[in-house]
Amino acid sequence: MKRGAVVKRVALNGAGLLVALFAAFPVYWMIATSLKPNREIFSATPRPVPTAPTLEHYREILTGNLIPGVTFLDFFLNSVLVAVSTVVLSGLVALLAATAVARFRFKLRTSFLIMLLVVQMIPLEALVIPLFLMIQRLGLYNTLPSLVLTYLGFSLPFAVWMLRGFVAAVPKELEEAAAIDGASRAQTFRRVLFPLVAPGLVATSIFSFITAWNELIFALTFVNDQDRYTLPVAMTFFFGRDDTAWGPVMAASTLFTLPVIVFFLLVQRRMVSGLVAGAVKG
Amino acid sequence: MTTLTQAPETPAARETPARRRRRVDRLPYLLLLPCLAIIGVLLLWPLGQVVAMSFFRLDNVRQLRGDRDWPWVGLGNYAEILGDPFFRTVLRNTVLFAAANVALTMILGTLVGLLLNRLGKRMATFVASCVMLAWATPALTGTIVWKWLFDDTSGLVTWLFNALPDGLSNALFGRADWTGYGWFNSPLMFFSILTLVVVWHSFPFIAVSVLAGLKSVPSELHEAARVDGAGPWKVFWKITFPLLRPVFGILVVLSTIWDFKVFTQQFVLAGGTQDRPTFMLSIYSYAEAFSPPPKYGLGAAIAVILTLILLVVTGLYVRMVLKQEEDA
Repeated sequence: MKRGAVVKRVALNGAGLLVALFAAFPVYWMIATSLKPNREIFSATPRPVPTAPTLEHYREILTGNLIPGVTFLDFFLNSVLVAVSTVVLSGLVALLAATAVARFRFKLRTSFLIMLLVVQMIPLEALVIPLFLMIQRLGLYNTLPSLVLTYLGFSLPFAVWMLRGFVAAVPKELEEAAAIDGASRAQTFRRVLFPLVAPGLVATSIFSFITAWNELIFALTFVNDQDRYTLPVAMTFFFGRDDTAWGPVMAASTLFTLPVIVFFLLVQRRMVSGLVAGAVKG
Repeated sequence: MTTLTQAPETPAARETPARRRRRVDRLPYLLLLPCLAIIGVLLLWPLGQVVAMSFFRLDNVRQLRGDRDWPWVGLGNYAEILGDPFFRTVLRNTVLFAAANVALTMILGTLVGLLLNRLGKRMATFVASCVMLAWATPALTGTIVWKWLFDDTSGLVTWLFNALPDGLSNALFGRADWTGYGWFNSPLMFFSILTLVVVWHSFPFIAVSVLAGLKSVPSELHEAARVDGAGPWKVFWKITFPLLRPVFGILVVLSTIWDFKVFTQQFVLAGGTQDRPTFMLSIYSYAEAFSPPPKYGLGAAIAVILTLILLVVTGLYVRMVLKQEEDA
């Protein structure tokens, strides 16, 4: 009986280690490869750990010109610009809408919530062509604002859905107290509700940031000039096709991935509860 | 700023009920307005527009800018797609790929969720953190790394296969030297690796959601069943699964929707939109619309077909759930 329990424990932990290896190995391998000198990357017997770690690949992508006058940093900045603009706009609009659904009871409230869920089922891939038409008509083709606009639409429904919970969690009494002390609605919103919802706003913003940061198809389609590429487009264009330069490719991938992993781990728990909220409660 | 001057008074006593109701009613709609406008203009309007575009012959970007006419072709684009034998290949690829990926993701994700629930606290935290890494990695870079692992000269997978004893490798696969082997050359191999990449990306979400569901189930139920002599298989199907059915339902629908429209992973793994034998609906639509010569109308029609399929999948599921609840 006791022996059986030990065997079971070992088997469970063994399975756990296998799962951990499968999940984390590609990420580890990306970072490890980015730190290896070329002779180690292309050697006949791969080394599990970089024996002579080097930053040469990072130096190469950060200083080398991918096209005349444009470096990795320029693409990085394009991506930051698009993602941050998306986050600010989406956060602002989502906060207003979340306040409406969390603080008021009105006729179309339930319909609005259902609509939020339904629009998240729309396959965004099917919207490339009509949005391309819209961007052409608005004269925004080949500009970064075309992407901000697109990502704003994509991130907003989930952002409202997520923020709603944070607004609802702020005790209503605080706002009532502020109102009794003579604060206007605008003041109550700005001085009482906003500071208390701020952590939730950060979590929601991170989600919007990741959506905008990772997006490839629309960025590939709406922007033509190479110096305006966002990072994902630049990576598929300059790195993804040249199958020999794995060192710089992995260095670029690492720089692209690390901010996402850090942000993601900060908000991960809230994302799960956002996506399956309602399912568990029944 | 009228509210500011009103605030010190007690509003309820001063205002007639009708006035008060009107003021309370309008504010939430004002707050919702920007959100509704954005969702309407950027999601709902394009959804209608893609249907409209599918009825026209659009093969020039100037037509999109409005400089040229839009010739109406009715259902011509649909007839052209459905009459093309290639469409059947694409549809088969899409459906088989989605079915395989949903099944594998659900099975692996559920097993990992159950495992995390059984592990000791420290081990569970460690494994969950590793699983999070796979989830957090962007589709783009995750796929690039897998591509590097399957590189035909220095990739780790190629090396592993080379490291197999020659006799064994010959007996199993009919070759001992794997250097230069085209891992992505046959559609079957391509789809197998794509499945590996997509399952790797998507099982963490299932695992974490199942784990969250398991934590909400009182552990006494499981203990009671085990005391009564039920094996793990029976405990899962008789207790865990029925209790978590709503969670599983949502997870299957979400996975189906995600796996039906995989784009980034395929685009990166195939290195663009040239590999026609491995096309699935989303990349087919994109390639028809944007690869020269552009055919926006035809691409829109394919996008509509993809949307309709997803609509049917979601609708079937909703009916299934409703029926189950009626029976229960």
